[in-house]
Amino acid sequence: MNSSSSLINALFIFVLAGFIGFEVIRHVSPLLHTPLMSLTNALDAIAVVGAIVLVGRHESTLSTVFGFIAVVAATSNIVGGFFITDRMLKMFKSSRPAAKPAAK
Amino acid sequence: MTGELGTIQVLVEILYLIASALFILSLKWMSSPTTARHGIWAGEAGMVLAIGGTLLNHGMDYRLIAIALVLGTIIGIPLGRVAMTAVPQRTALSHAFGALCVTLVGSAEFYLRTPNISRFMMSVLSIEVILGGLTVTGSLMAAGKLQEILPQRPLTYKGQNLVNFLLLVAALVIAVTLVLHPESRTLFPFMVLIALLFGVLLIIPIGGADMPTVISLLNGYAGLSAAAMGFVLDSKLLIIAGALDGSSGLILSIIMSKAMNRSFTNVLFGAFGQVQAAAAGGEEAKPVRSATPEEAAAILSAANRVIVVPGYGMAVAQAQHKVRELYDALTKRGVDVRFAIHPVAGRMPGHMNVLLAEADIPYDRLIEMDEINGDFPQTDVALVIGANDVTNPAARSDTTSPIYGMPILDVDKAHTVMVIKRSMNPGFAGIDNPLYYLDNNLMLFGDAKAFVGSIVRELGGGHA
Repeated sequence: MNSSSSLINALFIFVLAGFIGFEVIRHVSPLLHTPLMSLTNALDAIAVVGAIVLVGRHESTLSTVFGFIAVVAATSNIVGGFFITDRMLKMFKSSRPAAKPAAK
Repeated sequence: MTGELGTIQVLVEILYLIASALFILSLKWMSSPTTARHGIWAGEAGMVLAIGGTLLNHGMDYRLIAIALVLGTIIGIPLGRVAMTAVPQRTALSHAFGALCVTLVGSAEFYLRTPNISRFMMSVLSIEVILGGLTVTGSLMAAGKLQEILPQRPLTYKGQNLVNFLLLVAALVIAVTLVLHPESRTLFPFMVLIALLFGVLLIIPIGGADMPTVISLLNGYAGLSAAAMGFVLDSKLLIIAGALDGSSGLILSIIMSKAMNRSFTNVLFGAFGQVQAAAAGGEEAKPVRSATPEEAAAILSAANRVIVVPGYGMAVAQAQHKVRELYDALTKRGVDVRFAIHPVAGRMPGHMNVLLAEADIPYDRLIEMDEINGDFPQTDVALVIGANDVTNPAARSDTTSPIYGMPILDVDKAHTVMVIKRSMNPGFAGIDNPLYYLDNNLMLFGDAKAFVGSIVRELGGGHA
């Protein structure tokens, strides 16, 4: 199992990643808050790796069944999340300079 | 896992490291619409590396994994193709799926590891399962309300907060018991059940207008539960992804709660319903002025600067494409048209931007509240389409108003305000809007889509 030093490592990683997250996301334009949410949702579905291991190791019926459902749920988030984020971002277009009659 | 790692394991860890970096870059590139699509590629690449690495690591039963991956893909594709107006409920549903994955993995790990589990590990596992469980049902409830399968009205009852609080305490008591006595495995299902029930009760008092905050909050919970899962599985990648998602959700919740003038603790405890309950009465008929589409078109075409204020009503009426035609017709006449976006307009953060972008309105015309508010006094016409509370001047001046202190769009400072609205019914939140009785305000009664369509016809643009 986990020794206390790897536990401390994990806490360091969590805190530092949290700070990076705050800094990076603070700079996301409010314009893109909806795609941001669907993107983080897709990234969060990386939890699928834990579920894959559960299914693959086949340690008990319960863990395999739970793992299987978990892989399905997470995969649908990955596929659906990236897909819809891409669809949304494709829609965001700037006004083309030619189509702009007046000065800004 | 101490000491030497095998070559494969080192390779896998390196793949995870690259994936973590790609995830951070992915979010960084979201800062601007010009780089945002790189963000998706980075995220996808990171995901492929991470899943590939995981499959490499363990000699496992690949057949079952493949079936699950294919099934997930089959479900995921339609979820990626929903209409833009359905994005809020789709997002809520995907929070539920993400949390479901975390809760199931946590539960499976519990039964595999107990009773030989360290106290710390059991504590984190409890956090993972409680947060995950309440996010599953909470998000399903939110999705149900947004899809209007469930009633959108907030349901409140006496002692609601007390009941919720006691439930949470009960879950924590079980968690502590499990930490101290991991062999009492029969308690575990009760902890999960309480978390699931708590999620339902948390969302019952939530009304539609509070959805942006709630969706963000659930997003944060989903992220934090995934980070907790990372601790349990000793997966740095998962800790990082969970921390990123968690901080994203929390930042959005803070922005949303500020935009509604709620304290963050108020949001955390789900004390939403009260505001709605406080508002009622004030039925005296005050005079309002209304205008026809012809008059509205005349006023708009005589204007130099127009600011459109969209709200949830525009989404409900699916009026965004007609609004685009209006934008085109006015721009062609040399009118400067911009859109003022309130942070909580719609049902989720950024909802209006996505709908307007879908209708091909250039994103540099969509301006945030703080940036555009100073421009209303120099604006000829403010056209409010399906927005209500976010334009209510009572929030600035009337200390007795339930929304007093909420930052609003100062549409009343424009020379003329036109509000498209179905009727004088104060609507969902039940708060009367003094804007409608001002001398410079004109009510345009009708369905948003139909009314904007008639204005466009009057302006001679668009196709009828």
